[in-house]
Amino acid sequence: MSTRVRPDVSPEARPSTATGTGSDARSGSGPLDLTDLPVRSRTYWLLADVGNIVRRGLTHYRRQPVNIAWQLGFPILSVLLYGHVFGSAMQVPGGGDYRDFLMPGMFAMTMAFGFINTATLVVHDSTKGVIDRFRSMPMAPSAVVAGRGVTDLLVACAELAIMMLTALVMGWRPDAGPGFLAAFGLLLWLRFALIWIGVWLGLLVPNPEAAGGLFVVAFPLTMISSIYVAPQLMPDWLGWVAAWNPLSSTAAATRELFGTPVAGDSWIERHALLMAGVWPVVLTLVFLPLAVRRFRRLSR
Amino acid sequence: MSEGNGDGYAVRAEGLEKRYGEKRALDGFDLAVREGTVHGLLGPNGAGKTTAVRILSTLVRLDGGRATVAGLDVARRPREVRARIGLTGQYAAVDEVLTGRQNLEMFGRLFHLGGRRARLRATELLDRFDLTDAADKGVGTYSGGMRRRLDLAASMILAPAVLFLDEPTTGLDPRSRGEVWDSVRALVTGGTTVLLTTQYLEEADRLASRITVIDQGRAIADDTPDGLKNTVGGDRVEVVVADRADIPRAVEVIARVADGEPEADEAGLRVHAPVTDRVNALTEVARTLQDEGVAVEDIGLRRPSLDDVFLRLTGHRTEPPGVRDTSTSASQPKEAAA
Ligand SMILES: Nc1ncnc2c1ncn2[C@@H]1O[C@H](COP(=O)(O)OP(=O)(O)OP(=O)(O)O)[C@@H](O)[C@H]1O
Ligand SMILES: [Mg+2]
Repeated sequence: MSTRVRPDVSPEARPSTATGTGSDARSGSGPLDLTDLPVRSRTYWLLADVGNIVRRGLTHYRRQPVNIAWQLGFPILSVLLYGHVFGSAMQVPGGGDYRDFLMPGMFAMTMAFGFINTATLVVHDSTKGVIDRFRSMPMAPSAVVAGRGVTDLLVACAELAIMMLTALVMGWRPDAGPGFLAAFGLLLWLRFALIWIGVWLGLLVPNPEAAGGLFVVAFPLTMISSIYVAPQLMPDWLGWVAAWNPLSSTAAATRELFGTPVAGDSWIERHALLMAGVWPVVLTLVFLPLAVRRFRRLSR
Repeated sequence: MSEGNGDGYAVRAEGLEKRYGEKRALDGFDLAVREGTVHGLLGPNGAGKTTAVRILSTLVRLDGGRATVAGLDVARRPREVRARIGLTGQYAAVDEVLTGRQNLEMFGRLFHLGGRRARLRATELLDRFDLTDAADKGVGTYSGGMRRRLDLAASMILAPAVLFLDEPTTGLDPRSRGEVWDSVRALVTGGTTVLLTTQYLEEADRLASRITVIDQGRAIADDTPDGLKNTVGGDRVEVVVADRADIPRAVEVIARVADGEPEADEAGLRVHAPVTDRVNALTEVARTLQDEGVAVEDIGLRRPSLDDVFLRLTGHRTEPPGVRDTSTSASQPKEAAA
C-alpha cells in the first residue's frame, strides 16, 4: 500500500478564509510526506485499529469524568441504600448476612446494566455518522465493534474494582484467593456476553433517546432475579423465572466463590457455577451473530 | 499524477441501481467525473444524491451497474478504494467529545499513518483549515462551520485522490458557507477531484466546472453550468408590473420583441421571455410600456439561473434553502418531469 497515496497538496493551496485567523505561520518544513506509509500485515492493522478505537473510548471517559461518575454512582448508591435500608429487613435463606448476599448481586447488576451503556455509545456513533466515516476508511470494519467491546470490558473492570472497594469499606469480607479472581472473571464473562446485546440494540434503536429507554426493560430483568432476593422467597412461578435468569446464575456463582454461598434446591440453583459459565456462551451465540448481521446491514 | 486508469476520469458510474424495497433510489444512474475537477451533483430531496455518494464511497453495495473510483471497481476492491477517497457525509461525522486535534490524530492513526505522522498531519491540517486556535477545545463547542471544516480536514488526512462531499454547506450560515467553499477550491488547486452534492444551485454554479442533474435516481442532464443555462435559452427580458391587470398588456408588448412565447408569473407579477438582441429588445419594451401607460416596478435582462434549468428539466423547482424536508418537496408534481 506504499504507492497509493499521492503527494500532499502544495502549500499555496491553503484556503484563505474570511476569518483571517491562524495566519500563514506553517509549522514544520512543508507538507508531510505520505508516500512511504509502512507496509504491515492485516492482523497487525486489525490489532492496531482495535487499539486506536479503545484509546478513543477511554479518552471519552477522560474528557467526561462525569460520565463515569454517573455510571458508578448508581451501583454505589444501590450498595449503600439496599445495604442499609433493607439490610436488616431482608432475609437470606440459610440465615446469612444480607449484605454478603447483596454485594455479589450488585456486581452482577452493574455488569447487566452495562449493555445499556454499550447500546448508547453505539447508537451515538451510528446516528452521528461516525461509524460510516470509519467504514469509509481503509481500517478493518470489525475493529469498530471489537474496539467497543474491549473498551467496555476495561470500563467494567474499573467499575467492579471501585464497587468492591466500596463494599469492603462497608464491611463486606469475601474469601480472598483464587475464588475471588474466578468470581471477578465470571462477572466480566457476563459483561462480555452483554456487549453483543448492546451492539445489536445500539444498531437497532433509532436514536440515543430510545437507547435511554432500555433502562425500563433492564430494570425488571434485574429485579426478577436472585440479585436482591433469593428466588425461594418469591411466589412459585416468579421464583422459577428468577432462578433461570442468567443474572441469577452469575450472582449465585460469585456468592459461592466469595465464600458466602446460598443454598437453593432447584437444579439451576445447584449448578450456578456451571451455568454462570454457560449462560454467557448462550447469549453470545445468539446475539453475536445478530449484532454482526446488523452491522453488515449498514451496507445494504 | 494520474490515479485513474489513464482515461482521465476519477469517477465513473454506469447504470447504477439501488433499490430499497419498492423504492428505486438509483435507477440507471450514470456519472463521469474528470480528474482534478469539482463536479456538482445537483438534485432535489430524495433524488438519490446521498445514495450515489454512499455507493461510490463503498458504504453501501450496489444492486446493479458498475462503478470505478480512481480506476478501481468499488464492488470488487473496496479496501483499496477506501485508501484513495475522502468522505464528508451529509452530517458532520466527527467525534463530539474529543478535541479537534484528538479527532484528526485518531483518524490519522486509523488511516495507518502511525502515531508520530498522525500528530504531524493533525497539526498541519488544523493550520490549513484555520482551526489552530480551537485545536484543543472539544468539538462540542465548535460552530457549524468549524465542525464542517474539521470534517473536511478529517477526510483530507490521506490527501485523497477523490473527495466526496455530500451537501457540505447545508445548514451553514453564509459566512461559514464561504469558508467551506474556499477550502474546497484550495483542495482542487492541490489536485484533488471533488464530487459535490448539493441542493443549492448557487453552490454548484460557483464551485463546479461540470454538473450532473439527478432526479428520481437518474441523471437527467450533464453539462457545464453555462451549457446547462444555454439549454433553457439565452438571456431573457423580464418585467415586473405594478398591477396584475397589466399582465396581458405586458405579455403583448414583450411578445413583439421576443424569440419565444413570453411566460407570465401571475403571483410575482412577472413577465419574461427569451431575447437575442438584448439591448434593443430591452429599450423597445421599456419605451412601449411607458407609451402605453403600464406602471413598471422593475425591468431588466436576466441570465437564466440554474433554477430555471432545473425547472425546465424536472418540471419542478428546487426548494428554497431552509425549507428542506417539508411537505413542499413531497407534494411536487413529479409527473411533469417525463
Ligand atoms: N436506507 C434506506 N432505506 C430506505 N429508503 C432509502 C434509504 N436510503 C435512501 N432511501 C430512499 O431513496 C431515495 C433517495 O434517497 P437519497 O438519500 O439518496 O436522496 P438525496 O438526494 O440524498 O436526498 P436529500 O437531499 O434529502 O439528502 C429516497 O426516496 C429515500 O427515501
Ligand atoms: Mg442526501
